[in-house]
This record gives sequence, structure tokens and C-alpha cells, in this order.
Amino acid sequence: MTRAWNNPLRDPRDKRLPRIAGPSSLVIFGVTGDLARKKLMPAIYDLAHRGLLPAGFSLVGFARRDWEHQDFGELVHDSVKEHARTPFKESVWNRLAEGIRFVQGTFDDDDAFDRLAQTVKDLDAERGTGGNTAFYLSIPPSAFPVVTKQLARSGLADASEDTWRRVVIEKPFGRDLKSAKELNEIVNDVFPEESVFRIDHYLGKETVQNLLALRFANQLFEPIWNANYVDHVQITMAEDIGLGGRAGYYDGIGAARDVIQNHLLQLLALTAMEEPVSFAPRALRAEKVKVLSATKPLGPLDETTARGQYAGGWQGGMKVPGLLQEGGFAKDSTTETYAAVTLEVQNRRWAGVPFYLRTGKRLGRRVTEIAVVFKRAPHLPFDSTSTEELGQNALVIRVQPDEGITLRFGSKVPGTTMEVRDVTMDFGYGHAFTESSPEAYERLILDVLLGEPSLFPVNEEVELSWEILDPILDHWAKKGAPEAYPPGSWGPPSADEMLERTGRNWRRP
Amino acid sequence: MIIDLPSTTTSQLNKKLVEIREQGGQVALGRVLTLVIVADDDDRLEEAIEAANEASREHPSRVIVVAKGARTAAPRIDGQIRVGGDAGASEVIVLRLYGPLASQGQSAVVPLLLPDAPIVTWWPGTGPKAPAKDPLGELAQRRITDSAAEKAPIRALTTRAKSYVEGDTDLAWTRLTRWRAQLVSALDLPPYEKVTGATVTGEADSPSTELLAGWLAEYLKVPVKRVKSSGAAGIISVTLDRRSGPVELHRPDGRVGTLTQPGQPTRRIALQRRDNKDCLIEELRRLDPDEVYEASLNGLGKISTGTAKPAPAKKAAPAAKKAAPAAKKAPASKTAKSAS
Repeated sequence: MTRAWNNPLRDPRDKRLPRIAGPSSLVIFGVTGDLARKKLMPAIYDLAHRGLLPAGFSLVGFARRDWEHQDFGELVHDSVKEHARTPFKESVWNRLAEGIRFVQGTFDDDDAFDRLAQTVKDLDAERGTGGNTAFYLSIPPSAFPVVTKQLARSGLADASEDTWRRVVIEKPFGRDLKSAKELNEIVNDVFPEESVFRIDHYLGKETVQNLLALRFANQLFEPIWNANYVDHVQITMAEDIGLGGRAGYYDGIGAARDVIQNHLLQLLALTAMEEPVSFAPRALRAEKVKVLSATKPLGPLDETTARGQYAGGWQGGMKVPGLLQEGGFAKDSTTETYAAVTLEVQNRRWAGVPFYLRTGKRLGRRVTEIAVVFKRAPHLPFDSTSTEELGQNALVIRVQPDEGITLRFGSKVPGTTMEVRDVTMDFGYGHAFTESSPEAYERLILDVLLGEPSLFPVNEEVELSWEILDPILDHWAKKGAPEAYPPGSWGPPSADEMLERTGRNWRRP
Repeated sequence: MIIDLPSTTTSQLNKKLVEIREQGGQVALGRVLTLVIVADDDDRLEEAIEAANEASREHPSRVIVVAKGARTAAPRIDGQIRVGGDAGASEVIVLRLYGPLASQGQSAVVPLLLPDAPIVTWWPGTGPKAPAKDPLGELAQRRITDSAAEKAPIRALTTRAKSYVEGDTDLAWTRLTRWRAQLVSALDLPPYEKVTGATVTGEADSPSTELLAGWLAEYLKVPVKRVKSSGAAGIISVTLDRRSGPVELHRPDGRVGTLTQPGQPTRRIALQRRDNKDCLIEELRRLDPDEVYEASLNGLGKISTGTAKPAPAKKAAPAAKKAAPAAKKAPASKTAKSAS
């Protein structure tokens, strides 16, 4: 499809045609995991249902279980039925099911990988996957070295000239700059950087992509998108659930590594970056790298950061254990479940505008949003009493749930006196409308198969993110236990103090 | 919630809408467009409204249904407002027009249009010959007809092709999208050879089949044979001839397609016929002129016709008799069935 060949049926004006991936197969390691069952496999079905998968698309599962193809097929079937977004259609499922295979084995089992290689080869011959294969590593990073080595050894990782191999990896991308570099080396040893796709599912969300449309397709917002008008920016990702059952992954990692390093810094980059010269992947990444390299933590870290750990108590009508009582966590664990940091973007556009990033478990509710809070009007020609209740204007991008945009501004309260109070103007993607907008994983898996890397952070972005976060993590490491906060609250008192010092407040999302 | 306003006026309807919003706290979602549905007041009407409600989950809109009642009755508007659970993510206003009003739909619709938002007019059943000249089509940016729902589908399509204006579209075209997508991707694969000829087989009165042939004729610039079959419904198969062998997409049962290409294993593809809801969602996704559709209408005149052998099942390139390219076969109008 490259070079001289010009497909006569393609017309750039033909916007109806969906982007169907070319012939390919997808191999998932760790198929029995939560992510695979709840997100990946339903997303694959949804893609098939929307007609976006190539004819002959095949799915191979690799896991330790002693399963036949049918057993795996059943697992996929059940997870699709339960979690897929689009209605279940027998005819779609049957086509998909024809291409489902399972390979049993452990990661150090040479034989199993040889069988996997054979399966992939057979699929190409039987179903015409074109020799193109994507590997989805839904496994802990500690297993990366052995799996990538096995892929190289069994020849699975070798691509000939007109076929491709791609590898998809999930967070965490290391636990600090050093380990991230090591991890990148391990992966890049086998797969060149352009075929590595790091999934940050937030970037697959419609609202996040809409942030680019909001900023760069409109005349209205960009002129005020700078330090002249913006007072500060708050980026929040809160979850109301705890960490029961996730100790193995979370203990010793903590909220900052788990969420700030990837999701929140990516959101910051998209919020703060300059306009890319085009939406080509390279141009987009260039801008993100630029803004991330200008981002630094603001000191003194004692005053500009906060961390907490949820205690036991009542949350939403349920008695919940504190982190230290959750199974699997050390009784003296210093892992933080709440983290808030202050960053500054050192460039002309953002000089002096603090970016507050916070995330936590067992907070008031599940919400992710970006709030751009504007300065107060420099002069208010009203009596001081009439604007007492007037806050600062704010533009809030609600990433999830209830995706949309809120604009907060002052309005006169009906009545004979001049009294101004905050009101909001809402753009919702519509409450019912979300069920039709594609899941983040759908978009991202399709992009992997299409080889479209815009929405995936590169090596350099990951390393820059660690450079921003490392000083804060080092500082915290010397501090002992984090401050406790009651479940269902909005974090520890130190988080509130952190903003109050500069006369600001956290928005209650 | 369904509120009936018998024998009403549009200003009363407008007032009621505001009232509902204030009282019930019905949040005004960011409606992206006004969809005007023009149909006869019969049992197929609800089907269309249902499809629009479903589509509103992706395109929150105000739906104005213009249902034409008895022409002989005294002039009267019976209004009905549906919000909340009865209207998906939209609000539906049904206007039943009687007497001379039935042909003056635009006068009732204009006061109810959303400010600034684009307008789409959809005729789910019988539509005008020249949609852009119809008073209700005139106000819209986009006019959706459905040739397959007409009594003489092919004639309807060719008539509309002559009066095409930017913004016109037809559901017969929308039903083709998956076929076209598969064919385009098939040509993305090696061997990269020129297509030398094409054959499209389908039901005699399937406008989608005609359009598919027209599209191929226009873009491939090769002779395209249109073979009529009396067997299955809708499109049955497409064959693109190339030096190394034909690319064939074959769907005998209206559900599963088989794609055969030289040098590639046979692939089966879910290619079920699309329902109106799906098509409408796709239609509403874009409101700019569809140049590719226009080109395919152009291509209609370049097709040569042939009659089918009953079942061109296995063999590629079914034998087809040549006919004058200009011949527009408008087969005996039977009950029109939507075809994809």
C-alpha cells in the first residue's frame, strides 16, 4: 500500500470509510488477568462489531492454564457478553471465534514459545493474517525480560520487510528514571522504539482528544490560555475504591508512580503544550516533549507536596479497612494512596502559573478532570457586597465520568439588588451518549493495529516524566509514614494547607 | 414523558417546551442538530422515531416529526412532545398535520428549529423526487432519502441522481459503507495490480447494488457489469478482475461475506445488513457534502447491465449479457424492501 501503488478506490474525501486495520493477529500475554477480561477482549469484540477489524483477524491467548482453544474461546465469549459495549451478535462473534487460539505455557518454557510461533504461522496460512503480529504484554514488568527474550529466540519478533511486529506495554513504565531506562532498554533490545506502543488509556478517551479540539479548533479559548489570564490549573484523578487485592502491584509503588507519572503528566502536557504544527504523530510528540522538559517541581517540597494514606472508617454506608489493614500490605507500609504535587512549566506562556496535580484512592468519588482556573477580574465596578459570592472563572474538562466541559462564571441573581454569583454552563457529551462513544481501549488497540502512534507516549516522554517526579519521590522517601486521611474525604489536611498557603483552594470535583 | 397537545399551534408547543424545561428540570443537553422526519402518519412512523431516538445517543438532537395525516380533513395540528425516557437523548416533537396544512409542513417546523444548529431532513419512506426543491428539504443542510423504501427503488434513485444537489444523500448509499470498506482494504494488499473489470451482482431492484456498481465504475474507470439476480436480497457479490485473478466478495445469505483473493486464504467477514438506526447514526456523523456519493451517482450511467443466472454461487465472474449502458431498468414495482 506504500510506494507506487495507489489504491484507486481510496479517496481522501471519503470520510465514511472506517479505518480498517490491515491483516493481522494479536497475541495477548496474561489473558486471564482482569484487564484482559474486562477491557481488552470486550474492546476487540466491539471493534469487530463496528467492522473495524480486518478479515481473518486472529486472537491468540498465552497463559499458564491448561486449556484448549475452546476453553479460551469461552473465556473470551463470557467476558465479551458481560463487558462489551455493543450488543452481542452471534454472526460477529462466530467470525471472531474462528480466529481464537490458545497456547498453554509459562514464560520460561521454550517449547511453549515454539508452539506459539507455530500457531502464529499457521494462522497466517489458514486465515491470512499477513504475517503481521502485535504482542500485548498484559503482564508485570518483571516478566518483560524473559518474554521479550523468548519472542526473539523463537523468531516471533522478527519482521520481514513487508510485515510488522508491534509490542504493546502497560504501565508501570518503571519505578524511577533508572528502572524506566532499564526497562526501555530491555524492550528496545528486541523491538525498535517505533514498534513499541505504551498504553496510557487516558489518551484514548474522547474527552482527552477533545482537549486538542477545544484548544486548537476554537478562537475562543487559546487567547486566554496563558499566564496573563490563568491563575492556576488543577488536574485531579480520584477514585473511591480502595486497594484490596492489589497489594502485590501497589505496595511500594504508591499513587504518584501509579498515576501522576503517566496519566496526570500526560494530561498536563496536553493542557500546557504549544500548538503542534500538525497532528502528525511526530509533531504532537515534539510538543509534548517540549512542555514536559520545561516542567519542574516547585519547591520547597515540604510545602508544595502532600501525601496521604487512607485510614479505616465509614465510606458511603460501608465500613472499609484502612490501607494498613488491607490484606497483603505491610503493617508499617509507607506507600502513599494520596499524592498531590505542585509543578511549574518554565516557559513564557506559563511562568508563575502553578499546576496542581492530585490523585488518590478512597476519595469522595470517582472523577477525573482538568480545571483551568482564571484570575479574578482586575477591577469590579460593583459594591463589594454584591460580588461576595463571586468566585474565579473556571473551565473544567471532565474526563470521566459524565464526560464534558463546564464553564463557571458570574451571573446576576434575579432580584432588585445587584448580586453576582457563580453559575455554570455545561457541555455534556450527553449522559446517554457516552454509551455510544468508543471505549479508550478500542481506539488504542485499533491504533496499534493501524500503526498509528499519536496517542502513545514515547520513551522520551516516559523518561522526562520520571525526571519531574524523581526529586519528589526521593524527598518523600526520607519522610517516613504518610499522613492518614479518612475514607470518602478529599485527602489529608496537608493537601489543603498546600494550596491555602498561596490563598487557593482545591476545587471539589 | 409524553405530552399531547391536540389542535395546537407552534407557539403553544414552544411555550410547553420551555415550561417542561423549567418545571421538570429537564436539562437542556448540548443538542447538536435538528432532525426533521417527514413521513406519512402510518404504522411505519414509530419505527422511524425509534431509529432517531437510538441515533440521538450519539447525536443529541431535537427531532421534529412531520406526520402527514388525511388531506381531506379540516386544517389542524395535533402536537405531541416526548422527553426523557420516551425520547432517548433527544426531545421529540410530533406534528400531525391535517388538511391543507399537510403540504405546508415547513410553516410548522420553522418556529421549532434549534437556533444555529444544523438541520437534517429525513424521509424514511416515500420522499420527493428532488429533495433540495422540497420546502422541508430546502431548509436543511442535509437531506436523507431512502430509495430502497420507494415503490420503484431504481427509478427513484436515478431521478434523484439527476437532481443531485450538495447535501443530498441516500440510505441506500449508507448501507454500502461496509462493502466499500472491505473492497478498499482488499486492494490495499499485494499484488498491487490494476483492476481490469468488475462485476456487481444483486437483487434487481436494489439501489445499493446500483450505487456500488456506480462507485466502482467511477473510481476504477473500467467497465462494470451489473448482474441482476432473483435470488437473495440486496447485494450478493462483487468481483474485481485483476491479472493474477479476481478479488471476490460474496454474500449469499445477507449476513456473512466471503472474501477470496489470489495468494490469500479465503476469509469470512461479518457483513450483516445494517438497520436504519446504524445508517442514520452514520449519516448524522457528517454534515458536509458527500463528494464520493456524487461521483457514484455519476457512475450510474456507466454501468452495463446483464441478467443473472439464478445462483452465481461458487464461480467468479458470472456470465453476463451486455446491454446498452444507458438502459435504466426500473423493474416492475413490487413491494420495496430495503436492501443493503
